Amino acid sequence: MTSALSIRQLAKTYGNGFQALKGIDLDVAEGDFFALLGPNGAGKSTTIGVLSTLVNKTGGSVSVFGHDLDRQSAQLKRCIGVVPQEFNFNQFEKTFDIVVTQAGYYGIPVKQAKERAERYLTQLGLWDKRDTPSRSLSGGMKRRLMIARALVHEPRLLILDEPTAGVDIELRRSMWTFLTELNRQGTTIILTTHYLEEAEQLCRHIGIIDRGTIVENTSMRQLLGKLNVETFLLDLRQDLQAPPVLNGYPCRLVDAHTLEVQVDKEAGITSLFGQLALQNIEVASLRNKTNRLEELFVALVERNLARIAL
Amino acid sequence: MSEFSANLVALQTIVYREIRRFMRIWPQTLLPPAITMVLYFVIFGNLIGRQIGGMGGFTYMQYIVPGLIMMSVITNSYGNVVSSFFGAKFQRSIEELMVSPVSPHTILIGYALGGVLRGLAVGLIVSLLSLFFTDLQVHHLGITVLVVLLTATIFSLLGFVNAVFARNFDDISIIPTFVLTPLTYLGGVFYSINLLPPIWQTLSLANPVLHMVNSFRYGILGVSDIRIGVAISFMLVAAVVLYVFCARLLVSGRGMRS
Repeated sequence: MTSALSIRQLAKTYGNGFQALKGIDLDVAEGDFFALLGPNGAGKSTTIGVLSTLVNKTGGSVSVFGHDLDRQSAQLKRCIGVVPQEFNFNQFEKTFDIVVTQAGYYGIPVKQAKERAERYLTQLGLWDKRDTPSRSLSGGMKRRLMIARALVHEPRLLILDEPTAGVDIELRRSMWTFLTELNRQGTTIILTTHYLEEAEQLCRHIGIIDRGTIVENTSMRQLLGKLNVETFLLDLRQDLQAPPVLNGYPCRLVDAHTLEVQVDKEAGITSLFGQLALQNIEVASLRNKTNRLEELFVALVERNLARIAL
Repeated sequence: MSEFSANLVALQTIVYREIRRFMRIWPQTLLPPAITMVLYFVIFGNLIGRQIGGMGGFTYMQYIVPGLIMMSVITNSYGNVVSSFFGAKFQRSIEELMVSPVSPHTILIGYALGGVLRGLAVGLIVSLLSLFFTDLQVHHLGITVLVVLLTATIFSLLGFVNAVFARNFDDISIIPTFVLTPLTYLGGVFYSINLLPPIWQTLSLANPVLHMVNSFRYGILGVSDIRIGVAISFMLVAAVVLYVFCARLLVSGRGMRS
């Protein structure tokens, strides 16, 4: 499969000596929906900054659809659409003008630019706000405006840096639907997010970056397969004074009617309910204590920290 | 589409966006210089000028009109680029351009043209307003056009340099207030340097604005305190040197890239 993005030994040391990227390697296949995760300050935004040419790398190489960042910068830029974390459009311009102007920067003639602006603003539910100055839009509308602006030149690779930060759940889900459809139509998408549920829902591959190094780069399925133990919270119909004895399921009482149980992947969950039924403990509902990916993410970052400490 | 065609569309986009910007805020960009210059015409040209009498073989009003037109071209060319480019940096909308494939030369020419066009628009408004106070006849059209274009270009590029180095809004007002305004007022807008003692005449020749104002005055009235050929050559060299310097700043990404 063609490589949409190929990063080799990418390094970035800022002027103050801070080493944000320590020679990372990363590949994203064409058509993939890729999650780039990491704690704050891990190097995600620096990586995206290098890809979008807003940050000058200090080492390594980057190519997008075979176009080298150093030698074919203009061709590389045509392949990429970037939705940054911070709002970075002219607050005094009208919504429509912002998108049409961006198309012009990519050499798209004004008639075609206006047609595309109408199409993307309509798809993102902003067409009735086309004459509104961007500063008057709500936070969610501003995020959607940045997506419309990033798509107007129809890039093959769309990079979204925390696109749903501060967006309400309804809008977040509509953006997920939009991005999934965009990916289905062939656009390769790289997403950074702090909502791990979002990454698990949308992405097929995942890279975890921590302290300037890639600590995991695999498929979502393989990564989740590494999760051996899941923690569940059981809401009970009656109050308990002490945790029950459950063979093969370590548990503790969170409060009188909430039981926290660790379930080994091998053991499964059927036997747990059998043992509870024998002790006349009725379960009203069951939920994961944390997102599955979150448990893995925390474990990987902690393991990396321990490795560095050694 | 070739890179050249794409950059041509991008250039049109930047220039159109710049025009849209200064037309949208016309009460801040086009109206103030018109009012200020009318006040200059009334107070200096009419009321005080009548007491002064003639200068350089012309009425005082006729003598100061070219200088005042030039003054408005200088301040508006400079002001347009410095505020537009620094505003784009401040709001981070400059990133829209930096992530796009537009060449640094296209960006620079686009911003400079925006400044030149606002300078010319204000210059035209001031010229038309001056017709209410005096006759304006052009002695040498070619020199007039060349000088006004070169001056607007030079000050647009200087505004660009100021915007690139500026870190806050104070930085974009310091140069116009403490450098540009004194140079303009001391640049022969209101007087001939022949009125000054010899030492001040010599020092005045080091003021680039004096050469621009006098070259423009020569184009309009046919009189000048300086040698036109030298002045125009100086302006051409200054425009080229500034362009190269600005292009290098853009390529380096100073103040725009980490």
